[in-house]
Amino acid sequence: MSENDNNQKEALFSPKNKKLLTNPLGKDNPINVQVLGICSVLAITVQLRASIVMAISVVAVMGLANVIISLLRKTIPPRIRIIVQLTVIASLVILVDQVLKAFVYDVSRQLSVFVGLIITNCIIMGRLEAFALQNKPWPSFLDGIGNAAGYAWVLLAVGFFRELFGSGTLMGYNVIPGFMYEMGYEDNGFMILPPMALITVGIIIWVHRYKDRDLIDIS
Amino acid sequence: MKALHNLIEKKVKPHFEQDGKLSKFYRTFEAFETFLFVQGNVTTRGSHIRDAMEMKRTMFHVLIALIPALLFGMWNVGYQHYQAIGMDVDFIDQFLFGLYRVLPIIIVTYASGLLVEFLFATIRNHEVNEGFLVTGMLLPLIVPVTIPLWMVALATVFAVIIGKEVFGGTGMNILNPALLARAFLFFAYPAQFSGDEIWIYAQVHAPEQLVDGFSGATSLAVLAAGNLESMPSVMEMFLGTIPGSIGETSTLAILLGAFVLVATGVGSLRIMLSVVAGGLFMGLLFNLFAVNEFMEVPAYYHLIMGGFAFGTVYMATDPVSASQTGTGKYIYGFLIGVITLLIRVVNPAFPEGMMLAILFMNVFAPLIDHYVVRANVKRRLKRVKPAEA
Repeated sequence: MSENDNNQKEALFSPKNKKLLTNPLGKDNPINVQVLGICSVLAITVQLRASIVMAISVVAVMGLANVIISLLRKTIPPRIRIIVQLTVIASLVILVDQVLKAFVYDVSRQLSVFVGLIITNCIIMGRLEAFALQNKPWPSFLDGIGNAAGYAWVLLAVGFFRELFGSGTLMGYNVIPGFMYEMGYEDNGFMILPPMALITVGIIIWVHRYKDRDLIDIS
Repeated sequence: MKALHNLIEKKVKPHFEQDGKLSKFYRTFEAFETFLFVQGNVTTRGSHIRDAMEMKRTMFHVLIALIPALLFGMWNVGYQHYQAIGMDVDFIDQFLFGLYRVLPIIIVTYASGLLVEFLFATIRNHEVNEGFLVTGMLLPLIVPVTIPLWMVALATVFAVIIGKEVFGGTGMNILNPALLARAFLFFAYPAQFSGDEIWIYAQVHAPEQLVDGFSGATSLAVLAAGNLESMPSVMEMFLGTIPGSIGETSTLAILLGAFVLVATGVGSLRIMLSVVAGGLFMGLLFNLFAVNEFMEVPAYYHLIMGGFAFGTVYMATDPVSASQTGTGKYIYGFLIGVITLLIRVVNPAFPEGMMLAILFMNVFAPLIDHYVVRANVKRRLKRVKPAEA
């Protein structure tokens, strides 16, 4: 009991809580290490703008969903917990979808069905199951934000390279100077196709593992 | 020669060995040393030598087998060019023109590919493998002569890194690196890689000199468009005096190469024959239905058009990415033939199917092998069981 009390007084950003936030960025990255949520990375990273909007949406949904499930964790009957989680995520996604439609309609059109498909993003369900159901709201919130951020930076990196090499633009602005095109440079059409997103993710995973030797699985 | 060897052994080598100033570049040094001299080290345990065909020699045989296609390709580049601008020049001029256009592509391919190979060998500290010798010669033969050189370099680097090095280097690749490079170019820069305006040098670099009404369409494009009158004759297609990628046009030159490959035991005759069988089978099947001109052409046309012959002889038989088991080779080859014709005839988005068919079957080759081996195990177990009972 006394242990529980100690936890209650734990500082907001204790080392343990900080880890919840930073681990998913590197060592425990949902995409690079757990290889979850790949589907949307392949689908919506053709342009950086769409990637940013997607990343923000996922951060919002994941942080809130983790908090809500964590608050409800003692009242959810275990047998129907998946349905409850889905309902919570779906409600939040609908909210996000409405906001996007209201304020950034063109990006919302571009993302089309993939905003709705945030519901099926395995990272969110995974964190709800693995973390929010057993932990208090604040750590759950940090965990949700951390994992979403881990997802987001990979998404942004892929979106950056794909737009830069695929269309020669960033956020819709031309960044490859005109004289390059005159010299015979051409945008790489392959970068726009989904296979190249997979290869880009693969290269990011490769570099990540090269930097962090602990991740290399030698089994 | 001995003096040179001594000089290298005494003066140059120490720098590259451990504790030497240039020890980082030992692998680079080693690659050049073994290229020049026979290695001095001898196996200390029992070795498993069946014959003298180590990798270097195998690769060399493939290079020899590529010579006819290469030389013919060079001549054909010149021939097509001078025909397109309506000039009548003699054989040597045509050949030299082609040589002058093809050589840069070969040099760029080798330079960029070997750079990556040496880089990886240095970082990962393994020997530089000879695998790229063949890849570097195959790639120039399967691109159009008008390809910008930087694209060649980019595709080569991509194929060597993504196709080969990430899987562990030579011998570990799932896909054929040369074909992967071509697929990369095909999807990345479709404007430079498909259509009717890229196969002949004059079309891109001197369009104002073209003869009136000239068409540089490949035979496959002509067929896909459905105008049978402008098809080249069977003899032209067999000899290869038609537009196309540099080395793929001449079935005759490729047959010479196939002969070298089969005679030296480097290329698998099973695969070659089964690819041809698959192509003919599918061609005849199309003939039965024959709802459009493309389906009506005689089945053997498909063998001499486009990249079918080149892919069959040099690409499908790649010993690393093809099936390893005997039965597997038949299945693998047959399906390549079938899929190639399916893509050519049924899918209007892709004019040629050989590249995609081989890459596709490369992916499935391990699966085929797996089931062939399993079936073999099952068959032999059956033979044992009754004796036990």
